[in-house]
Amino acid sequence: MEENKTFTPANFKSDQAVRWCPGCGDHAILNTLHKAMAELGIAPHMTAVISGIGCSSRLPYYMNTYGFHTIHGRAAAVATGYKVANPEMTVWQISGDGDGLAIGGNHFIHAVRRNVDINIVLFNNKIYGLTKGQYSPTSDRGFVSKSSPYGTVEDPFIPAELVFGARGNFFARSIDVELATSQAVLAAAARHKGTSVVEILQNCVIFNNGIHNAITDREVRAERTILLEHGKKMLFGKEKNRGLVRDGFLLKAVTVGEDGYTLDDVLVHDAHTPSNFLHQQLAMMDGLGELPLALGVIRDVAAPTYDEGVSQQVEEVRAKKGFSTLRDMILAGETWTVE
Amino acid sequence: MLENTNVKTLDKVVVRFSGDSGDGMQLAGNIFTNVSAGLGNQVSTFPDYPAEIRAPQGSLGGVSGFQVSVGTGVHTPGDGCDVLIAMNAAALKTNHRFLKPGGVAIIDIDSFKEADLKKAAYTTSDPVAELGIKAQVVEVPVTSMTKAALADSGLDNKSMLKCRNIFALGLVCWLFDRPLEAALRHLRNKFAKKPAIYEANAKVLQAGYDYGHNIHASVSTYRIESPDPKPGVYTDINGNTATAWGLIMASEKCGRPLFLGSYPITPATDILHELAKRKDLGVKACQMEDEIAGVCSAIGASFAGDLAVTSTSGPGLALKSEGIGLAVMAELPLVVIDVQRGGPSTGLPTKTEQTDLMQALYGRNGESPLAVVAPASPTDCFTMAFEACRIAIEHSTPVILLSDAFIGNGASAWRIPTADEFPTIKTPDVPADMLANGSWRPYMRTENLGRYWPMSGTEGAQHRLGGLEKDQVSGAISTDGVNHEKMVELRREKIARIANDIPAVEVMGDADSDTLLIGWGGTYGHLRTAAEELCRMGKPVAFAHFRYINPLPANTGEVLARYKKVIVAELNTGMFADYLQCRFPETRILRINKVQGQPFAVSEVMEQTVKLMED
Repeated sequence: MEENKTFTPANFKSDQAVRWCPGCGDHAILNTLHKAMAELGIAPHMTAVISGIGCSSRLPYYMNTYGFHTIHGRAAAVATGYKVANPEMTVWQISGDGDGLAIGGNHFIHAVRRNVDINIVLFNNKIYGLTKGQYSPTSDRGFVSKSSPYGTVEDPFIPAELVFGARGNFFARSIDVELATSQAVLAAAARHKGTSVVEILQNCVIFNNGIHNAITDREVRAERTILLEHGKKMLFGKEKNRGLVRDGFLLKAVTVGEDGYTLDDVLVHDAHTPSNFLHQQLAMMDGLGELPLALGVIRDVAAPTYDEGVSQQVEEVRAKKGFSTLRDMILAGETWTVE
Repeated sequence: MLENTNVKTLDKVVVRFSGDSGDGMQLAGNIFTNVSAGLGNQVSTFPDYPAEIRAPQGSLGGVSGFQVSVGTGVHTPGDGCDVLIAMNAAALKTNHRFLKPGGVAIIDIDSFKEADLKKAAYTTSDPVAELGIKAQVVEVPVTSMTKAALADSGLDNKSMLKCRNIFALGLVCWLFDRPLEAALRHLRNKFAKKPAIYEANAKVLQAGYDYGHNIHASVSTYRIESPDPKPGVYTDINGNTATAWGLIMASEKCGRPLFLGSYPITPATDILHELAKRKDLGVKACQMEDEIAGVCSAIGASFAGDLAVTSTSGPGLALKSEGIGLAVMAELPLVVIDVQRGGPSTGLPTKTEQTDLMQALYGRNGESPLAVVAPASPTDCFTMAFEACRIAIEHSTPVILLSDAFIGNGASAWRIPTADEFPTIKTPDVPADMLANGSWRPYMRTENLGRYWPMSGTEGAQHRLGGLEKDQVSGAISTDGVNHEKMVELRREKIARIANDIPAVEVMGDADSDTLLIGWGGTYGHLRTAAEELCRMGKPVAFAHFRYINPLPANTGEVLARYKKVIVAELNTGMFADYLQCRFPETRILRINKVQGQPFAVSEVMEQTVKLMED
């Protein structure tokens, strides 16, 4: 990835009018993505943004990059083919909880498993917005919507758990209104080689307004979220005096200076450790009970990527066998001549 | 132009059973012979015993063989075999020379361990490469499957191993469609006094048959040959390999890398296999997680600027429909290969049909025209795969190539073309001046009404595509009704104009007769042979064969109008006949149809044509 600092967010904006509802969380995510791209310094013509179907999937139209608004659920497969065809491109996939985890669930887990070098941005608003308000695969059990008037009778996916189940090597989380965190994790996702999944808790102002409020409200956010940074103590709270410590195999939130806990007891975040045991526990904290919801880069581990693997294998086989044309290859096999 | 070819249903097939002298090859061979004779086949056998009755097990001297030719016009056990069963490494070594090009070797992979290879004096760990076997080799775990089938039988290990030959027999019965009842009868006689052994063999026979069924094992019993071959260098090729190679030729001729996104499905998987091998020519072949990902990854690769292909059979084409619709809407080059098999649903996976024609033409939502082509023979798969790529690129459209199980697996001698026999494919690159002055827009039209196709990473060519309708000028999203209708018309006209860029349909046989026999796709060999036979018999017919299905060649209507009787023969209930009928209502289309999972027999086409001529 060739980086320079000559781009501004405006270089990544297209001339299309943005058509999301006023107050939609997507606006903030779009702006932070423009900023993250400028920060990365990769030229617009070396960037591709590929999406499926849903509100969030309109995003490519608002980018001055290569863009493809494909079909429902299939963006990961389209992005995989695109990246393999041209590994030089920086490829983003924009998806929602319905697009990415319901109809596109299979492509999602296989993209993560293959570790193709794409950056998947998953807008999670726990609702189908474009079809006007049905429950999604991330809606909580009992959630009442137009298609579940008596409440759902099924459990949701937790995106991070799915990523770890598919052996993912990069997972980060942010909230639409946390602009600095969003920009930082999006840039980190692009710098990571391999499939990066960034879950952004997004507010659908029309069909699911306030779904994340219990965590994201200004009054509670500092106490109910923790920003994880590699190499730093896992501290949170308004006073930054709350910390995460080990409790057997599990995690516990404590107040530094109380119950005999000191700063030394607080864990240091290691996003690069290959084991995903602690990463999974961190990612599964929901912010609703004792433990805060984790934001930031939770896991970022280097591993071989699919697109590089394909290219390398082609190069190796070509170097070994060395056919330059189809005819050479065929003539090297069994043939006979008719005079 | 289509080569003159004759399709020969191999009126006889030769099977050679080979193994250790203790492996019971003679028994397996004898039962297969008797079962075939019971079906009315002529048979001729050649038992090939070793000189020593009990040479060391697994050694070259201990190999025993049994060759049988079954079918009609059988006068000898045959020189070479179509199917070779090799129960161990030594048997493969001593018998592979009998295998005909295009034949199949079935080997018990459990008997190819290091020690087995040593006993048979191999010098490497890759016996197939060491022996230079070019034919298809199917590795079957005969020993372990036999033991697994008999796990509950209470037989000791040695007795279980004695049943391996019957597993192989079961597999051969599957390949040649021999009923197991007859084989069981022979086993019952043989083991009349040992009911436990009979039971074990019966179980293993069924297991071998089921294994063939489960792995969709198939062997083509047809060859298509040219009676007057042109001078040149030849090789033996089947349709699926020819398809794969035609795509590579197109990649060489357009200068764009070849990308395949695919998912295994009978009978198309060999295309994936061949292209996966062709990393030595730079092909990027990706086995995706499902059929949908196969087509979608290809669409992504096409958007990035690669020559992109997905390969499948009928059920997979159904799954790809939405993706193909996206390629229609985004007007991206894409080649979709459908090696047709019997349907609907899972249908008859190893059998041939032409029943996906309507699916290919119309199986998408909305007004969704695309080009459809259909190769006529195994070797024509090369040409038509090339043509599919050429049309896709030069006309900015998905193209469906309708091959079928018969030509896909069918083999033929093929003259290896030189590169200059195929034209350069002109990629619709964005003109440099438009890029420089920023005037290019993604929905501007080429002279073929196609879109320009920039490579990803080209500075100044960033653009957004998508499945939503676009404004015909600016390329921005548009829900305007009048614009939509114009775009529908434009996409239709773009496909229709391909007719100016494909060869006219030729009339073969007796062009001046009153009757025109029509075929399309993989039935060419049988139909042409039938037409020529009829002419020879004094029942002259003209014959036209269609390889370009949508659009049809420009002279189609004019050709149809010349004949009093027009008969379409096809392996479905009349899809191409219906298609022609609605385009040319003034011609009454008569039909010859067969939907048995089998190709036409030349004789049945002749018979039904004469009947329609005389009606």
